[in-house]
Amino acid sequence: MSGTGSSRGELVVIGNGMVGHRLVQAVRDRDAEGRWRITVLGEEPRPAYDRVALSSYVDGVSAADLTLPDLDPMVELHLGDPAVALDLDAHRVRTASGREVGYDELVLATGSVPFVPPVPGRDLPGCFVYRTIDDLDAITAAAERAMAAPGPGRRSAVVVGGGLLGLEAARALRSLGLSPQVVEIAPRLMPVQVDEGGGALLRRLVESEDLAVRCGVSVTGIAQDRGRLVATLSDGVELDADVVVFSAGIRPADALARAVGLPMGERGGVLVDNRCRTSDEHIWAIGEVAALEGRTYGLVAPGYAMAEVVADRILGGAATMTPAELDMSTQLKMLGVDVASFGDAQAATPGALEVVVNDPVAGTYAKLVVSDDARTLLGGVLVGDAARYATLRPLVGLSLPADPVAMIAPGGVEVGADALPDSAQICSCNAVTKGAIGGAIAAGAHDVPALKACTRAGTSCGSCVPVLKKLLAQAGVEQSTVLCEHFVHSRAELFEIVAGSGIATFSELVARHGTGRGCDICKPAVASILASLGFGHVLAGEQATLQDTNDHFLANLQRNGTYSVIPRIPGGEITPEGLITIGEVAREFGLYTKITGGQRIDMFGARVEQLPAIWRRLVDAGFESGHAYGKALRTVKSCVGTTWCRYGQQDSVGLAVALELRYRGLRAPHKIKSGISGCARECAEARSKDFGVIATENGWNLYVGGNGGFTPRHAELLASDLDTDTLIRVIDRFLMFYVRTADRLQRTAPWIEALEGGLDHLRAVIVDDSLGICADLEAAMDAHVGSYADEWRGVLEDEEKLGRFVSFVNAPETPDPTITFVTERGQPVPAREPVAIGLPAVRS
Amino acid sequence: MTATVQRVRWETVCPLDRLQPERGVAALLDGVQVALFRTHDGAVHAIGNVDPFSGAAVLSRGIVGDRGGVPTVASPIYKQAFSLLTGCCLDDPAKAVPVYPVRVTDGRLQVGLP
Repeated sequence: MSGTGSSRGELVVIGNGMVGHRLVQAVRDRDAEGRWRITVLGEEPRPAYDRVALSSYVDGVSAADLTLPDLDPMVELHLGDPAVALDLDAHRVRTASGREVGYDELVLATGSVPFVPPVPGRDLPGCFVYRTIDDLDAITAAAERAMAAPGPGRRSAVVVGGGLLGLEAARALRSLGLSPQVVEIAPRLMPVQVDEGGGALLRRLVESEDLAVRCGVSVTGIAQDRGRLVATLSDGVELDADVVVFSAGIRPADALARAVGLPMGERGGVLVDNRCRTSDEHIWAIGEVAALEGRTYGLVAPGYAMAEVVADRILGGAATMTPAELDMSTQLKMLGVDVASFGDAQAATPGALEVVVNDPVAGTYAKLVVSDDARTLLGGVLVGDAARYATLRPLVGLSLPADPVAMIAPGGVEVGADALPDSAQICSCNAVTKGAIGGAIAAGAHDVPALKACTRAGTSCGSCVPVLKKLLAQAGVEQSTVLCEHFVHSRAELFEIVAGSGIATFSELVARHGTGRGCDICKPAVASILASLGFGHVLAGEQATLQDTNDHFLANLQRNGTYSVIPRIPGGEITPEGLITIGEVAREFGLYTKITGGQRIDMFGARVEQLPAIWRRLVDAGFESGHAYGKALRTVKSCVGTTWCRYGQQDSVGLAVALELRYRGLRAPHKIKSGISGCARECAEARSKDFGVIATENGWNLYVGGNGGFTPRHAELLASDLDTDTLIRVIDRFLMFYVRTADRLQRTAPWIEALEGGLDHLRAVIVDDSLGICADLEAAMDAHVGSYADEWRGVLEDEEKLGRFVSFVNAPETPDPTITFVTERGQPVPAREPVAIGLPAVRS
Repeated sequence: MTATVQRVRWETVCPLDRLQPERGVAALLDGVQVALFRTHDGAVHAIGNVDPFSGAAVLSRGIVGDRGGVPTVASPIYKQAFSLLTGCCLDDPAKAVPVYPVRVTDGRLQVGLP
């Protein structure tokens, strides 16, 4: 069936890798009426994961982190049960477990299998391929055995193949403690992507990263020798190894189709036409298993494009592939070396000219391939510095906007986004053109996250994000960082002005650098800046007039005009006496109590004039402000860690208490939450926090940029196995850098995303100190820690500040008559019904 | 044209210096809740204290500023701005709060009630 009928069709997808997953998502996204019931048969025992990021698994990124988004319940997923036979006449698939599944349409997305050259000894224990998480688990186990084995000398590994995957494998083996040797049969590394000159520089740069490279030789045999392996090379050299990894290329996993006689491509792969359809009109093939008009593609972007075409076709559309437009461009960082390759990188086009700028001193190599009339860009190679990749790649096939030498020379012409025509593909991973991005900007997508959400541009490899920013700027929406009508500055710029000028009041700041008298946007932003820079109590002098009501009354406003009160409970650890005090206070003042998600206790229903008496009791019992009302550090949540837990690896409560006490009172562009887990079971949900810490056997892993809320994010790994002192220093720098440079109300996740270079840039700044500001950031945090004082104690000790806490200026003790309560489940709650929120468009 | 004589009863609320510039206070006058403000230029304003969007008596606790030169207070509940001159909501013309006459006599703030 074509899918246009009214009854439901059965769509069976064989293969659950990235491309198969994308196909199912694409069908589900568009099949609003649920016309297709989808069954997925996967060989691996786990749900689809990001194979492109596979190597990060050895750096501590877990299998769960790599997992792709869950498929919806309309999809029946069978894992660990590969298809083993097709019956074209009966339209049925049989799996290894004997399951029989009928199909109306069948998609082959089985991907590829590693190519292992037929050398003697390739099946010996200690020999592996590099394709799946299970492969990496096996390699890790073998490396650990080798490291633990008695005997002197370094433990080593041989990697067969010096392409993209081989270098990834070598890096992973080095991370596991082995000394890897890479053996590549071609005369240079990454022979598909880079040319001779680029390959020579790449080799020099990776050798300086402690990687041994042997090019132009092959492995002729592997043998066992006294518990280890010996690999013999074609030049007679013998290499000792504890582990051998084959990463010498891939072959299409086309056995199923081959067995039933579907036509194959010359070099394997199921032959498909430009619709991705095989010779059987109900069978499609996509990704690495497909031979599109005879040619196979080993990158994920062409696979995604095929998935989109087949999804469209199955739902009755008429999409086709244009193989000539498939982008084989690559940009990556390999062992710290930037490598990019795009278009006709090898200058295979007849008459093509090559323009090369090679600077062995700086360690950069750049080549542009241009047409014989030197007018059209055909491709290029960049090694050592790939910053220009994002603007050069979209120019492939177009006329050169400048002299090609100047375009790659140091200090030469920076090609701007304005030089690109609307048809230029800005995001090659998701095939998004400049025209589509311009349309999205015109339709109201005014920042990078909005563009990502509505066009998918920049959501895969992220290399085009700088161009997205330039296009936003070019469209005149760069003033989105302008705070409000009173300041043309961004929050970060105002921070610099206040920090550098000594201006201490809002009045002076707005008089000298702004217009008018401010508003509910710029005033709290400036209040936060003043607080971050240590200008005294938030209610001191004019500062009191800048505060949002929550900061002004040091409590959280609720819908009926009452406030809620949260005392600080560091790390969620509280004594019975503390619990009794909170209980007594709540009972005495008639407050509703609820446990928060941050391991604290919230007391609701306090009237303004009650707040000082409530806090007098709390402060006398040793409690401090919890800053639940502020854009500030909230809580550091923890599990019980080694204190109680059988599985704990570190003292998570002790660390949580120490960090909460260290950063309490720190005002920031938005609230900051943290969590500390004592082991990888992650009971404190640290990865949903702005900064989360998870204990390891050797110390602590630090994750940053997580949050719950409207757009939940998982925090990403910033640094591994830190000792406690180093951990605290890195967090100090992280928080201060965020406080200084983020936009107003920008949480850590979008802040990191907006940094040019993202998490890698953040790591360079705060771990490697690439900007030389770490000492300054640490000093600023030390100053904050040294000057901390409890805000509520500051109010109770000052009559002038206490005078603010009255219901009415002419009747200070009279309760607001609009506030009334009813009892629900034994506690007081607002009597008034909630107002339906049909709000007008209000500035955010 | 008919002249309307506005009959108001002046209620003394508090000393003027009880009002910090650009920070409001609430007053309860014969059961009526009034929000009082003193702007940066020294002018004083009185509007109804009940936020028409939420029903909570909180406008005195909003942030004072200006929009295009018009002095405003932003409701602390959902952040709509109200003109201190007219009581009109600048984000939703359908909503407004009352405006009360206000004067300073012998350093004391007085509000005129109908």
